[in-house]
Amino acid sequence: MGKDSKLILDPLTDNNPITIQVLGICSALAITAELEASIVMSISVLFVLGVGNVVISLMRNIIPSKIRIIVQLIVVATLVIIVDLVLKAFAYELSKTLSVFVGLIITNCIIMGRFEAFALGNGPWRSFLDGIGNALGYGVILIIVGFFRELLGSGTLLGFPVLGDPIEKTGLYSIGYENNGFMLLSPMALIVVGIIIWVQRSRNKALIED
Amino acid sequence: MEHIELFFKSIFIDNMVFATFLGMCSYLAVSKKVSTAVGLGAAVIFVLAITVPLNWLLDQYILQPGALSWLGDDYAGYDLSFLSFIMFIATIATMVQLVEIIVEKFSPSLYNSLGIFLPLIAVNCAILGGSLFMQSREIETLGLALNYGIGSGIGWFLAILAIAAIREKIRYSNVPPALRGLGITFIITGLMAIGFMSFGGMLTGGDEETKPEDNSTAIEIIKEDIKQEEAKYKSNLEIAENTNK
Repeated sequence: MGKDSKLILDPLTDNNPITIQVLGICSALAITAELEASIVMSISVLFVLGVGNVVISLMRNIIPSKIRIIVQLIVVATLVIIVDLVLKAFAYELSKTLSVFVGLIITNCIIMGRFEAFALGNGPWRSFLDGIGNALGYGVILIIVGFFRELLGSGTLLGFPVLGDPIEKTGLYSIGYENNGFMLLSPMALIVVGIIIWVQRSRNKALIED
Repeated sequence: MEHIELFFKSIFIDNMVFATFLGMCSYLAVSKKVSTAVGLGAAVIFVLAITVPLNWLLDQYILQPGALSWLGDDYAGYDLSFLSFIMFIATIATMVQLVEIIVEKFSPSLYNSLGIFLPLIAVNCAILGGSLFMQSREIETLGLALNYGIGSGIGWFLAILAIAAIREKIRYSNVPPALRGLGITFIITGLMAIGFMSFGGMLTGGDEETKPEDNSTAIEIIKEDIKQEEAKYKSNLEIAENTNK
């Protein structure tokens, strides 16, 4: 049991897919201007990675190794089409915000990386846990970045104004605080992730590179 | 003129790495040395130049709503666009396999230095992103699609070349230990992206915004502001005067 819980807990901290393994950066950065989009994206990846890992793990003995990448891509693409259609049906506005990035879950390196590194060599239950763990590790970073960018960029969280009203000058705005619109622009996502990496590595010296 | 405009737009304004963050994984992982970065960049240009026009044909004649009308009137009503992810990725995976075979044959040293990252071009978001943007931006002709593919490939190539050159030099500077490697690369990329944002008004004279997603949020914020101001104007003329200042 201790080994199984490690599968979930490791990717959350010391083996985080984004900050340590450097996988799945692309989508992580592009959609984090709002917290809501980050959460939906994390849930989508959680579904695709959890289910995909189980499917690949069940098929691992019958996939010829030469064409395994194509097989993996087809499995992911099918799952992503499901996610895309569900989003379009139940959260149309949000699916517009996410635009092509839902489709880009297919090429999210975390998914291919976990298939290659784990699901091809382990049983379904352990693969499932590994998938969930890594998707959670990805989601944690996404939510942290989305939280700070939305809070500092537009003063809201999930659309609710939490710092007061910028027009009526209530709350923090009454003492001269201004929204930092720069946080909504895409380059700031990179810098926020850079800072997360900085904080994480200063707390755990073992992770520092050369 | 249209071709030149699209070409420069896809290189500088809609740069794959700096404007939309596509292909970041391999961008970060392979950019430690200029020579490998050049190899991967060239492979990306090549794959994009093949797959974008191919996927354009697929999109135009199979996937779009009503695209099957060339089969006869019975088929005109079909909309297969939900299949585009699978079709695009299948094309890409096949093409990457082809490129892999060619590179292995003609340049074994490049093949060895790229290692695992050559097959991973198949899952490079920049490649699939190129096709998806081609679809969502409704590029009109095959020539423009080819142009767009090559242009975004060159944009990606430039980005990875620049970061690899910077990372080779940064070894000699005194970076805080916890930031070394990945952290500083992220921050440098962020700064480069800020620099590339200044290309925004280059061709359009600032008429068009570069980033639709940021643009839409900005417009929403402005719209909300306008609404709130209007409401206040109706209720209280004095406050409205102050806010309009």
